[in-house]
Amino acid sequence: MEYLKAFIIGGLICAIGQILIDYTKLTAARILVMFVITGLILGGLGWYKPFIDWAGAGAVVPITGFGSALAKGVKQAIEQKGPLGILTGGITGTAAGISAAMFFGMIAAVLSKPGEK
Amino acid sequence: MNETAKSYDRMVKKASPGTKSGKTIPSAFCIGGLICLLGQALINIYEHYGAASEQAHIYTLLTLIFISSLLTGFGVYNNIAKYAGAGTLVPITGFANAIAAPAIEFKTEGFIIGIGTKMFAVAGPVIVYGISASILYGIVIYVFGLH
Amino acid sequence: MPQKIGKTTIKTTQMPSICAYAAVAGKKEGEGPLGKHFDILYKDPNIGQKSFEQAESVMQKDAVNTALKKAGLTLADIDVILAGDLINQCTSSAYAARGSDTGFLGLYGACSTMAQSIALAALLVDSGALTKAMAVTSSHFCAAERQFRYPLEYGGNITPTSQWTVTGSGAALVGISGEPPFIKAVTIGKVQDLGVKDVNNMGAAMAPAAYDTIKTYLRDTGSEPRDYDLILTGDLGKVGSLLLIELLSKDNIDISGNHKDCGMMIFDIENQDVHSGGSGCGCSAVVLCSLILSNIRQSVWKNVLFAATGALMSPMSVQQGETIPAISHLIHFTN
Repeated sequence: MEYLKAFIIGGLICAIGQILIDYTKLTAARILVMFVITGLILGGLGWYKPFIDWAGAGAVVPITGFGSALAKGVKQAIEQKGPLGILTGGITGTAAGISAAMFFGMIAAVLSKPGEK
Repeated sequence: MNETAKSYDRMVKKASPGTKSGKTIPSAFCIGGLICLLGQALINIYEHYGAASEQAHIYTLLTLIFISSLLTGFGVYNNIAKYAGAGTLVPITGFANAIAAPAIEFKTEGFIIGIGTKMFAVAGPVIVYGISASILYGIVIYVFGLH
Repeated sequence: MPQKIGKTTIKTTQMPSICAYAAVAGKKEGEGPLGKHFDILYKDPNIGQKSFEQAESVMQKDAVNTALKKAGLTLADIDVILAGDLINQCTSSAYAARGSDTGFLGLYGACSTMAQSIALAALLVDSGALTKAMAVTSSHFCAAERQFRYPLEYGGNITPTSQWTVTGSGAALVGISGEPPFIKAVTIGKVQDLGVKDVNNMGAAMAPAAYDTIKTYLRDTGSEPRDYDLILTGDLGKVGSLLLIELLSKDNIDISGNHKDCGMMIFDIENQDVHSGGSGCGCSAVVLCSLILSNIRQSVWKNVLFAATGALMSPMSVQQGETIPAISHLIHFTN
């Protein structure tokens, strides 16, 4: 059941992205920014956490999850550090993902060469 | 020429084939769904080996980012993306692909100027506006004492 | 001396001709319908070089040398090379000409450059200013993609109106030999812009330029489409070709019977996943310098209009929200 939920919810979020690609002139980068901000707002309103509890990976894996992690990071950091948390929270909350993408991306670049499609 | 930009725009719209949404949306749904399904399997595996729910989520994302970078390095990810569309763009794997792809592409221009500066050529906006929005959010909840 | 017969239409008087020509291309192009007509096919997109840009220079060199070999000449016999490509500041061409003891003119007309270079070469030869001039252009899918679009490995989305940059180079040696294909006249194009902004729909941006140039030539020479065996456009693709035919038909000029487009000829559009067709400086160059010139030489066709088209934007102008200006130069080849 949780697998089915992950598949359907994750698939639906991607389908929304595809609808935006097909029917608007928005570039991929703009769509991703929109998804991240949406996740952040939902996370800020406290709605994303129950969504994750319910949909599991279907809510964690899409980039909206990245947005909610930003909101969560800021909230936690402010609780722990006060106003400084406003600045540090976002990166702290998403540090693992950003660092991993950077590091693995760098390794991939070192080990492979650009090729034809 | 008798055409104006406006009348020509109408001609262009008529002559240009639209995206075959009947095909793109289902395939985005299926492949995006499958990536999330894989994510769910990973979450369950990590939880099985004793990770707390939140830790398991992070390990899962890291694993997916690793797989995506690997597939990008082998030139496989873009070939899946041709069929998947948003199905490979929206999951976190799309973010990893957006970072690895320019890094690989601009390796020709060297490690510093090439890989180092071009790495965020595609994914940069996501981080810039994501973090900026999180700061605005932080200001709002701090000022209004919502934290 | 060349003779001006219209504002931008010029007739030659000494019958300059294409003395020799050659086309080299990549693997995908080799698998297309024209594959067997190309002189050299490369399996490796890098052609043994460190970068795609260097690989593009190698293609230009190979195209020039192959054409020279067919003519029994060496580079030293050529007065001037007129070359162009799509890469920043025309570098593929400049590096290809590096080390040659020959005059060099780097040209930029985007995908129309082959017509631009042949037109200039023909006029220079016809005027007696030069004896032999080499017109050559090239494009490389990987090099163009990373400059104009996204990194190759990025899973970004491509719309159905977009075109596939051809990997290849075509070279044509212009001189006075008494043998066909002759260059009878040329029309220099005007920059046209009907407000198309979508870089993934270059055919639509370029169709008005081809329309204007073809119409200008027909008017200046008092001829009709049926006077020509073939009216060949550069790389309008499926979408641009439809628009060109429609634009001309509104002026009661019907080219639907004898129009062909290099971008649609070079690939099997349905099966090679190239969306609207091929594009790039190399597209019209390799199609012209293989099948087309051969057929004119063998009298399969006696009168051919070659109108290569180019979109004159840059990634920067597009990011700044500018529309896409386009150009088309025309050459009238005869047997």
